[in-house]
Amino acid sequence: MQDQAQVAAAVTGAIIGETLVLVPVVPMIASGAIALMKRDRRKTAARLAIGSLSFSFLYSLIAFVLVAMRPGLRVSTYSTWFVVGHTSVDLGWILDPLSAVMLVMVSFVGLLIFIYSVGYMAHDENFTRFFCFLSLFAGAMLGVVISNSLLLLFMCWEIVGLTSYLLIGFWYQKPSAAAAAKKAFVTTRVGDIFFFLGIVWLFSQTGTLLLYKGGGGAIEPTALALLLSQHAGLGLSAASAIALLIFAGAAGKSGQLPLHVWLPDAMEGPTPVSALIHAATMVAAGVYLVARVYPLMQIGAPAGGTTVALTVITWVGAATAVFAALIAVAQSDIKRILAYSTVSQLGYMMAGLGVGGVAVGMFHLITHAFFKALLFLGAGSVIHGCHEEQDIRRMGGLRADMPLTFITYTIGMLALCGFPIFFSGFWSKDAILEAAQHWSVAKVPFYMLVFGALLTAFYMTRQVCYVFLGYWRGHGTAHESPKIMTTPLAILAFFAMALGLIGTPAWPWFRDFLDGRTATFSWHGFAEPGLALLMLTSSLVVFLGLWLGWRLYGNKSPKPKEPDALEKSAPWLWAPLRDRLYVDELYGVTVVAFYKWWARVADWLDRRVWGGIVSLVAWVFALWARLNRLLDVNWVDGGFDKTCEELAEGGGLLASLQSGRVQNYLRILAVAVVALALVLIWSSRP
Amino acid sequence: MTTPLAGYLLVAALVFAIGLGGALTRRNAIIVLIGIELMLNAANLNLIAFWRYGPHPEALTGMMFAIFSIAVAAAEAAVGLGLVIAIYRQTNTTELDKIDRMKG
Amino acid sequence: MNAIASGFPILTVITVLPLVGAMIALLVGKHARGVALVTSFACLVIALLIWVSLPTDGSIGLVELHPWAPSLGVEYHLGVDGLGALMLLLSAIVTLMSVDASHRVHHMPGLFYSLILMLESGLFGTFTALNFFHWFLFWELSLIPAFFLIKLWGGPRRGPAATQFFVYTMAGSVALLLSFLAVFLSTGTKSSPGTMDFGILAAMSASGGLAQMVTAHMGAVMPWLAVGVLAGFAVKVPLVPFHTWLPAAYAEAPSPVTMLLTGAMSKMGVYGLLRIALPIFGPQIAAMRAPLLVLAVATIVMGAWAAAAQKDLKSVFAYSSVNHLGYCLLGIFALAVPVSGAAQQASQAAALNGVILQMFNHGLTAAAIFWFIAMIQFRTGGLRGIDDFGGLRKPAPVFAGLMGIVLFSSLGLPGLNSFVSEFLIFRGTFPLSWISATVSVLGLLVTAIVILTVIQKVFTGPVPERWVNFPDLHHSERIALAPVIVLMFIIGLAPRLILDTINPTVMHLLSHWRF
Repeated sequence: MQDQAQVAAAVTGAIIGETLVLVPVVPMIASGAIALMKRDRRKTAARLAIGSLSFSFLYSLIAFVLVAMRPGLRVSTYSTWFVVGHTSVDLGWILDPLSAVMLVMVSFVGLLIFIYSVGYMAHDENFTRFFCFLSLFAGAMLGVVISNSLLLLFMCWEIVGLTSYLLIGFWYQKPSAAAAAKKAFVTTRVGDIFFFLGIVWLFSQTGTLLLYKGGGGAIEPTALALLLSQHAGLGLSAASAIALLIFAGAAGKSGQLPLHVWLPDAMEGPTPVSALIHAATMVAAGVYLVARVYPLMQIGAPAGGTTVALTVITWVGAATAVFAALIAVAQSDIKRILAYSTVSQLGYMMAGLGVGGVAVGMFHLITHAFFKALLFLGAGSVIHGCHEEQDIRRMGGLRADMPLTFITYTIGMLALCGFPIFFSGFWSKDAILEAAQHWSVAKVPFYMLVFGALLTAFYMTRQVCYVFLGYWRGHGTAHESPKIMTTPLAILAFFAMALGLIGTPAWPWFRDFLDGRTATFSWHGFAEPGLALLMLTSSLVVFLGLWLGWRLYGNKSPKPKEPDALEKSAPWLWAPLRDRLYVDELYGVTVVAFYKWWARVADWLDRRVWGGIVSLVAWVFALWARLNRLLDVNWVDGGFDKTCEELAEGGGLLASLQSGRVQNYLRILAVAVVALALVLIWSSRP
Repeated sequence: MTTPLAGYLLVAALVFAIGLGGALTRRNAIIVLIGIELMLNAANLNLIAFWRYGPHPEALTGMMFAIFSIAVAAAEAAVGLGLVIAIYRQTNTTELDKIDRMKG
Repeated sequence: MNAIASGFPILTVITVLPLVGAMIALLVGKHARGVALVTSFACLVIALLIWVSLPTDGSIGLVELHPWAPSLGVEYHLGVDGLGALMLLLSAIVTLMSVDASHRVHHMPGLFYSLILMLESGLFGTFTALNFFHWFLFWELSLIPAFFLIKLWGGPRRGPAATQFFVYTMAGSVALLLSFLAVFLSTGTKSSPGTMDFGILAAMSASGGLAQMVTAHMGAVMPWLAVGVLAGFAVKVPLVPFHTWLPAAYAEAPSPVTMLLTGAMSKMGVYGLLRIALPIFGPQIAAMRAPLLVLAVATIVMGAWAAAAQKDLKSVFAYSSVNHLGYCLLGIFALAVPVSGAAQQASQAAALNGVILQMFNHGLTAAAIFWFIAMIQFRTGGLRGIDDFGGLRKPAPVFAGLMGIVLFSSLGLPGLNSFVSEFLIFRGTFPLSWISATVSVLGLLVTAIVILTVIQKVFTGPVPERWVNFPDLHHSERIALAPVIVLMFIIGLAPRLILDTINPTVMHLLSHWRF
């Protein structure tokens, strides 16, 4: 019975796997259809978008269930896109635990946010276009998830970047939104060109970009062994170098240091966009990418040790986690705080991948997607209720006005802080901390991550105190949001708590699912040495953070103009944090200044140097021409003119002989005859 | 008792000289024409004289030559006078010094 | 198809047809546009016919060979392979677009359209000729209508721009001509004149005989001959630092003519490199590959950055064209290495496929961009400064959307045409010369910044008072643009449509080249 079910699952899994491409394609087609629609077909557009994503969600869910029923299932397909030389460039998709779990997360969170958007964007004149872009995004993001080819992944990755650009700049008449959109695209593209080089390199070494191709894929053992044996300089193998290049792409998308600057600015977009793209899904694509090519990241690691790529990932992740958390402490825009929090959490995920492997990083990715989407949608609800106010100093006391939003937001906040036992964030963050504690290279990332957890609890408490506690300091009166917005909040809140259950040490279902094992429940999971101590420590850290936040901000309700409590006690610390540690300014005087300067140099080279040489050549020719003219006028022309003159003069002289007087002619004739006679006579003398 | 050839030739030369002098010195076109006729007749005289004293006086070649010459001279005189009249009608003068239209 | 194979002179027909159209257009004056549309459409149909009747093994087909001036080694030799046919197709498409875009020409329309058609004929002739004499005739012939089109219908500084364009290209051509004369004289013997046939010369070069003959006749001048030939093409493409004629010419030419200049004429240079320079002077080019690669990288990077400094939309995209054709040059010079293994051959094949596809893609995309600029100019009375606009997305959403698609195609967004070719070029170039590929990637980044800045300044932000009524695309304009944009998507999503025909040609070319 069991076996029959398994076989059935395998067959159905194969069918679903082969047709998995429908999951991204359907929303994309919907997007194209909406794009061709008239602007006032609002309802049709929303229905089409939600309908197509519902289909994707259901399809993903079926695929997920099938994979769950048959641990370790991996259906990968490919077909030839085109052939160059004798090399075929293949595209394909894959159904395995990693893609299945990601598919369900993306389509589910996406669906909730689509529904929420119907309420949030109800009054926007470009409602249809919004759903067009959202659908395109969903399609491309699902495409990233199912790609079995780095090339297809990169293509979808870029389209995801495009939709991110379009949606950040959705309110394009705001110059700040347009600038933020451009910044996001360009900054991620910095990472992308490294990723691009990595792909090109990998392709030229392995001859394929398929991840799995029945043993012949680019991240399967044969190809990896080849990459490992090749040296790329600086003591790196080709595998490490390619892994680092791919990580650079991931860092761009996932806002890792030093490419994090675009993400906070991306909050210029509508809040559902921030929730979907810049919190739950797209920014996690970088983490997913690293997880997807994890065999490449991991290859060559000695037993119990790690690789260059993973070491770099860990350090970058840990640094990002702390750096962004620090900045989040001193922000006053509700969405910006969450944005920096996202950057910080992405750092956790990266560090988790670095120290603990795919399951550790991905678990945090999934839980974070839910609670961060919840927080953003909650923030959107708050902004909506406060008449588009985003400054937390002009809010307050919303606990009473927006009870549903308050409850769900608090759940999200506790999940983010990692409040023990009942919230998913606790379990996923603990898994990262535990792995970091046992990391073979250094202990510093562990302490950094613990410090980051403290900061997280602190800034989230600060935010909740400002927004929901105390008394109302804004304009007008706040109001609760409509049902279509609060229902998704409630659903997300449920998952923000419940998801923790699938990754506890006692029942590590998530890890086993990804590893292709069947999970078993056992209390012994907690008995691992040091685990209890770690859980205690992290709980204490969270409590400490909450307490500190409460001490400084609890029920204080400071006036909007009043300095922040932390500013009063430590102004030297406050100023740099408020100004985002001057990273933007640093880039302004270095990278941006260099870009502008070099553009001027290029232009100058063109106009002055190359143009100058051309002008010089032209000038030399002109000079030569002038010289020729001089010669012509004075010599050639002069000589000719002189000849003509003399000819004319001679003619005149001769003409004067032609007097026209007959008798003159006769006289000359006579003289001539006489002269002739004389000559004849003279010559006929003997 | 015949006149020697030189006598005829001398007379002819004299007539030619008078004609030439008239043609070269006189301003009036008609006088010049007359001068030219004189010169032609001097030539005719020479022709006859050379024929008569030549090796074949029995042939009429010299006579014929002279008669042709006289005919040509007559035609020439007619044309010349016609031209003089035409010029006179144009310029109201027969003085050759004033007729220099052909000047180069 | 069989009728074509059995000797119908379709290549002659496609070359002569525009000339006939030009005559008629000159005579009918007011209705010249109709004549031009019909003629260029007919040419497009013939080009498609040629495209589908190519030999499948990638060799040169549809050959027409007749003696012309045997004592000078001149033959009437026509033929196309995938490369030539693709260029014919591109020229036909771009001419059609250009004719369609020039509906605002009221000054001497008869002459205008007739010159455009003459230019088209010059392009067709260049892309089909296989004998240097014949080829050079058309190469120069295309210059004349282009000169007059700039000179008579151009912007305020058209005079110097046209002259510079003409003299510059002419200077390059002279170098080219001198090199070929030397080759011609060297290949001659007492009993027979030298040869100017590309195929024969390429075969001689591959066997090493050509270099020997030239050296025997003239001493060690072979590298200099290669330099002369390269100079001729470098000006046309252009390669930094031979590009200074380009921004002025592109900016001053009327936009429909700029479409032809960048869409089709710039491809003559790349085509010449592939058809003439690499097959005949392969070893010499391989010997100076490093400096050439430096110049190609400079073309890419400096072109992109110079575009960033421009304030005039047409100048921006003129430099952007320099940048995009730089990728072609990068691929071409990178693949000029002696073969040393299968992996390397795969890279060369990828690079060459990419280069040929990129020629087509750039032609299509750049022509479309200048088409949009023509529409902007028409709507605003000739304005084209990058700072003259703002927020145009609001009054003209369809305009902004479609131009956005075209701009993102130029940026190399996957799903649109240029991505495939750029990917292939980098795929091919990276293993052959990783440093130049790595530096050139900067060009992709800077181009993105430039294009996004254009979008930001022209289409976003608040709408200035005077553009509140900026007209959106008319119905007829949408219909005219739709095929072009659809084609961009098709090539982006199914590049097989072109690559399946190109790839045999690439393999055929590579198997005959020796470096």
